[in-house]
Amino acid sequence: MAVLNDEQEMLRDMAREWTKNEHPVDAWRKVRDAGQPFDADAWGAMAEMGWAGIIIPEEHGGSDFGWLSLGLVIEELGKSLAASPLVASALAASAIVLGGSEEQKAEFLPRLATGELIGTLAFDEGPRHTGLNASTSVHDGRLTGTKAFVHEASRAGLFVVLAQDGVYLVEKGKGISVSKRMLADMRDHAEIDFNDAPAQKLAAGGDDLAHKILDRARVLTAAEMLGMCQAVFDTTLDYLKQRVQFNQVLSSFQALQHRMADLYTEIELTRSAVEAGLQAIDSGFAVSEAATLAKARANDTLHLVSKEGIQLHGGIGMTDEYSVGFYLKRARVLEAAWGSSSHLRDAYARMKSY
Amino acid sequence: MASVAEPDTRADLDSFREEARAFLAENFPPELRGKNNLLSSVEEAGEESPAEKAWRVAMGEKGWGTPTWPKEYGGGGLTKKQARILEEEMAKAGAWNPIGGMGVMMLGPTLLEFASEEQKHEHIPPICKGEIRWCQGYSEPNAGSDLANLQTMAEDKGDHYLVNGQKTWTSGGQWADKCFCLVRTSRADKHKGISFLLIDMHAPGVEVKPIKMISGMSPFCETFFTDVSVPKENLVGEEGQGWTIGKRLLQHERTNLSGGGALAALNSQPLGKVAERYIGLDDDGKLADAELRVKIVDFEMRWNAFLLTARRAMEESKAAGGVSDISSILKKAGTKLGQERAELMIEIMGLRGLGWEGEGFEQKELDGTRAWLFGKATTIYGGSTEIQNNIIAKRILGMLDHQ
Repeated sequence: MAVLNDEQEMLRDMAREWTKNEHPVDAWRKVRDAGQPFDADAWGAMAEMGWAGIIIPEEHGGSDFGWLSLGLVIEELGKSLAASPLVASALAASAIVLGGSEEQKAEFLPRLATGELIGTLAFDEGPRHTGLNASTSVHDGRLTGTKAFVHEASRAGLFVVLAQDGVYLVEKGKGISVSKRMLADMRDHAEIDFNDAPAQKLAAGGDDLAHKILDRARVLTAAEMLGMCQAVFDTTLDYLKQRVQFNQVLSSFQALQHRMADLYTEIELTRSAVEAGLQAIDSGFAVSEAATLAKARANDTLHLVSKEGIQLHGGIGMTDEYSVGFYLKRARVLEAAWGSSSHLRDAYARMKSY
Repeated sequence: MASVAEPDTRADLDSFREEARAFLAENFPPELRGKNNLLSSVEEAGEESPAEKAWRVAMGEKGWGTPTWPKEYGGGGLTKKQARILEEEMAKAGAWNPIGGMGVMMLGPTLLEFASEEQKHEHIPPICKGEIRWCQGYSEPNAGSDLANLQTMAEDKGDHYLVNGQKTWTSGGQWADKCFCLVRTSRADKHKGISFLLIDMHAPGVEVKPIKMISGMSPFCETFFTDVSVPKENLVGEEGQGWTIGKRLLQHERTNLSGGGALAALNSQPLGKVAERYIGLDDDGKLADAELRVKIVDFEMRWNAFLLTARRAMEESKAAGGVSDISSILKKAGTKLGQERAELMIEIMGLRGLGWEGEGFEQKELDGTRAWLFGKATTIYGGSTEIQNNIIAKRILGMLDHQ
């Protein structure tokens, strides 16, 4: 764990207590069983605690605590698979902070900070993230195009859309149709058709605005994945300490001990990369490199940990009654988000000019 | 590490910075600028040049080679902040610390914690001055990972111990003046029969044989003790306390070995740059071997995550005032990555990466071959990767002892 200031420690502890006591992974199970893709009550509670405004400037109703602070909260939420739009909405807010005019900031940020407005990014147009290329186009302030697998889509009131010539804000309303896409993680995804939807450009962010937003998406998603890694690991460790076979608890078997030591090592290496990514955004130094590294490590580690979690649990880990399978299903969705490992490796090599 | 209280005011630190600058200007021979070879420490037999000797003596007298050790034993007596300033000023001047070796890394800190006043006064000042080379007498032919199985016997003869037995993998044993040794003072108990003894390597009955390794080098020795008489005052701590003291020393060793990262990073170009030279880029600006490119970038990313972790471990340890849990993964992770890097270098350089000696190779290439082979030791010594895994599982994860 990075060395934190008092403010960050308080926020982290608050998030940790809340997820542990008020919103453990069983809360997600209930939401899923009720056939809902998100948890409205939980979102209300999060908004009340100010989490939606952590990276929003104070003058626009946020607390401006920064990205490391937000990442700490997201990691805790990742541990319990909280079905909240916090990541998506914070990313939408960051797009406006980075590229919005004063009017746009004043119009949207306060509502995003209180949680009454939910935002989300609509960048990719296919099932794989292939970079910042979009066929979506804008003419006379009207945006047309199709965005695939948009996170938290059904409740979002504001879309941050990547088009050929930049990034645009589109409010829910005329010219938008949302088609639900049910993925294995049972969360809120949809394909969105924009058909001459009124759009306003985020014109103040410079040519690399989309890239900056993508960096933030990678890091924040990696923070959620780090939380998931930790949860699967902790759950598996607890299980190994309880389960008895051959008259011994499984945790006494060296073959299993060494596998757990390996997973522990990978998770700690990943934690460093994720925290460095969050800190890079706060400092503004070498952000793309740090973000690419964070997401790639999170991808590979969560992939490994989620597989091993099942195997180490044995058959019981494959039952719906146990939570470890939830993490496996959510893991693959997030691994694909904002760049698979192979995409990220290629991007990293390009940054290093080879 | 012992250090004095830190009442540093801004003015104190500024004036210390002046003092450090003045000392370096006066004492650091400009011809040694940046010439430190980290790979050759005090353990190596290389001849000291007059300038090198002058620099070692100057730093040793001042105690600044061991900056935070107490002044009364020859250390610098600096606060941590002062030590950091000294480091900064040395870096600016291109100066390096000529005081090193196992005495500094392992024995000194252990003596400060466990030794008697007399022992501290006798043994620590020569370490601070870089006058004595220490080696480590731990492993034996039948006590490797199972170190506590060691059999070298120290028999109580009234005023001295009579030591008989064999140690192995004694790093730098052929150049060492003294040896800190784990010996058995009792056969009654595996762990509580072990004591921590300081042995003069020049004493009658001590014989050292270098072991030739696959790298062609002989960095390790076999050390034989035959009826070696060791004065009782060379026992550190109590009889039977050797396992506790010895393990503590290993923590210092591990902390230093995990810095293995630093070593590789230091003399290394990014792999991508090396590959560009040997393999070339295609029209798209990518390395011409697509599969190797993926391996290289994957390695570089994992390597960078490791470096970030090493930094995090340091920051956490500083903030918490103790060794952080993740220190335990550094040795295991760093050594594995170091080996992977050496293997990748060969893959990149082809047969030029396997040159043994003679014409047709750059010195760097020849060094690489030896480093690749020597590097196989890193996951074995200082507690093998398997032992590290046991430690992580038991101490950090709280998994039951498998034995």
